[in-house]
Amino acid sequence: MVEDRRLGDAIAYIILSIGVVIVAFPVWLTFVASTWDAATIINGKLPLYPGPYLLENYNRVLFIGTSGTTREPVLGMMLNSFIMAMAIALGKIFISVLSAYAIVYYRFPFRMAAFWIIFITLMLPVEVRIFPTFKIVSDLRMLDTYQGLALPLIASATGTLLFRQFFMTIPDELLEASRIDAAGPFRFFKDTVIPLSITTIAALFVIQFIYGWNQYLWPLLVTTKDSMQTIVIAIKKMIVTSDALTEWQLAMATAMLAMLPPVFVVIAMQRLFVKGLVETEK
Amino acid sequence: MAQVTLTNVKKIYAGGVEAVKGVSFDIPDGGFCVLVGPSGCGKSTLLRMVAGLETISAGEVSIGNRVVNQIGPAERDIAMVFQNYALYPHMSVYDNMAYGLRNLGTPKDEIDKRVKEAARILAIEALLDRRPKQLSGGQRQRVAMGRAIVRKPQVFLFDEPLSNLDAKLRVQMRVEIKKLQRSLGVTAIYVTHDQVEAMTLSDKLVVMNGGQVEQIGLPAEVYKKPASKFVATFIGSPPMNILPGTIDGPGIVALGDAILEARDVRQDLPAQSPVEVGLRPEDVEIASEGAAGSLPFDVEFIEELGATQLFHGQLAGLPFVMQAATDEISAHPGRIWITVDPDRVHVFDVKTGARLGRG
Ligand SMILES: Nc1ncnc2c1ncn2[C@@H]1O[C@H](COP(=O)(O)OP(=O)(O)OP(=O)(O)O)[C@@H](O)[C@H]1O
Ligand SMILES: [Mg+2]
Repeated sequence: MVEDRRLGDAIAYIILSIGVVIVAFPVWLTFVASTWDAATIINGKLPLYPGPYLLENYNRVLFIGTSGTTREPVLGMMLNSFIMAMAIALGKIFISVLSAYAIVYYRFPFRMAAFWIIFITLMLPVEVRIFPTFKIVSDLRMLDTYQGLALPLIASATGTLLFRQFFMTIPDELLEASRIDAAGPFRFFKDTVIPLSITTIAALFVIQFIYGWNQYLWPLLVTTKDSMQTIVIAIKKMIVTSDALTEWQLAMATAMLAMLPPVFVVIAMQRLFVKGLVETEK
Repeated sequence: MAQVTLTNVKKIYAGGVEAVKGVSFDIPDGGFCVLVGPSGCGKSTLLRMVAGLETISAGEVSIGNRVVNQIGPAERDIAMVFQNYALYPHMSVYDNMAYGLRNLGTPKDEIDKRVKEAARILAIEALLDRRPKQLSGGQRQRVAMGRAIVRKPQVFLFDEPLSNLDAKLRVQMRVEIKKLQRSLGVTAIYVTHDQVEAMTLSDKLVVMNGGQVEQIGLPAEVYKKPASKFVATFIGSPPMNILPGTIDGPGIVALGDAILEARDVRQDLPAQSPVEVGLRPEDVEIASEGAAGSLPFDVEFIEELGATQLFHGQLAGLPFVMQAATDEISAHPGRIWITVDPDRVHVFDVKTGARLGRG
């Protein structure tokens, strides 16, 4: 038995290690490519270890920008992406917590109708309603603004559904105890519902931040000014169709930079995040 | 402190369920009223209407001479202890107790004083910084009590507060609740389906069935003179034996061949009219064989309860149970002779189940 167990463990480790290598290798290659100069990459003999141009490459993309394609430095784009992702994540949490609270705890006419209308928007992501949405945003003169980038992506039902399901698991007695304890609807929301939802909020924040950060199609449509570009668009622009013109080391450095904020968010929220998905503190 | 008065209170739920069908009674200031009845009889519904958690469909509830029908739970000056305690899981024990007072804008030092005082009374001073999750069931129960005490309410409302505790702790907490209520002098309404709790705690016992009150009275009164067959079988353990019988003359009932004297029975009942006769297992006494007025009881098996024994068997061909102190009689199956004090023979109407007492 003991022997079997060891063998089993060993096999598991080997398979996991292979998995890790498969996932990590492209990332490593990206990193390595971002530390060499253009000449090394172009002649196709990229080594598997980092080169000497790390600081130079990152300095260039962050503060100066590429020579042709994106013109602006990447730092500004990261800021744009960050603002957009934060606005989407926080905006979604804000409206979905409030709407779910209304649906679960208030008895108003057409409550279920409201819920189903919100539910139906699940079937209408931005990609499906892109033309009308674009028309509205442009009519409201929100092209090339942060509002224009974030607002259409904030409207969605995922968060509302998630919070509705969670709120329905909060025991009714807590609401009743709060009512006896002289806590009105707002106090109950602030003092009981929000503290109990904190892990769910963290989980949704991580998911929505990454969703916002990775947006490509929508920012591509509503931004025309270089100063409003997001980092995901920048990567695409840097990779020019004719291979020879692509400054691969800079594109790779940008890709590395684009990976960092979502990674930081996941690490920072990890404890809460995992808790939010697997257990509820009640 | 205040008296509570219910006048013809009804509750009809949205689906049309009539959970409470017109209940009236009052509880004097400082009284301890227990609502008891089988599951689904509307006890919780009634309590929640007093608390203000449920709207009142008809009738009137007043607390301290103030009609509270339209007043929210926070302004009714009540405190409630829930069956599952309903402690705020994310707050410390201290905050759980202080929360209501904070919402009412009580000054900080006053809150602190009251919370510490309540914690001292309930012996939970060492737990004030813990979360409810880190407490045992009994400790949570105390915190829930503490949350009620700090409010210094006019009325305490309890909805089966002890049913999540083990038997031993339940007895202990029962005594503590009674002591606490006495010393604070706060009017209390207590819902339970445990008749021991009902008997020991109440100075006013309200027995409910099917949304209606069956009987209201002192616990001893309810036990001695149950107003109906339902109350008779519900209060008392083991439950009262009910046997079909007939009236055999004024104050005499016949159980098959046997004749039994019953003092508390209406005198005007025509002879031969069918009735139901109730005999409590603990009221049954042993008689010598063939003694006048004794009944033959065929014992089939015996249950040991420690201090007492339960004898199960047949009386006049019907299942019957009697209780006797251990060693009072030899515990063997077989025929024995029994009598019942004529004052302790209960007679009920066959159709309505109402007590056919003298008045
Ligand atoms: N929200 C509701 N909507 C409709 N019917 C309800 C509702 N709450 C309770 N009822 C019904 O009202 C009746 C009384 O319920 P209630 O909770 O008062 O019983 P109870 O005496 O407290 O019983 P238990 O001892 O099991 O707690 C039951 O028939 C129940 O099904
Ligand atoms: Mg109940």
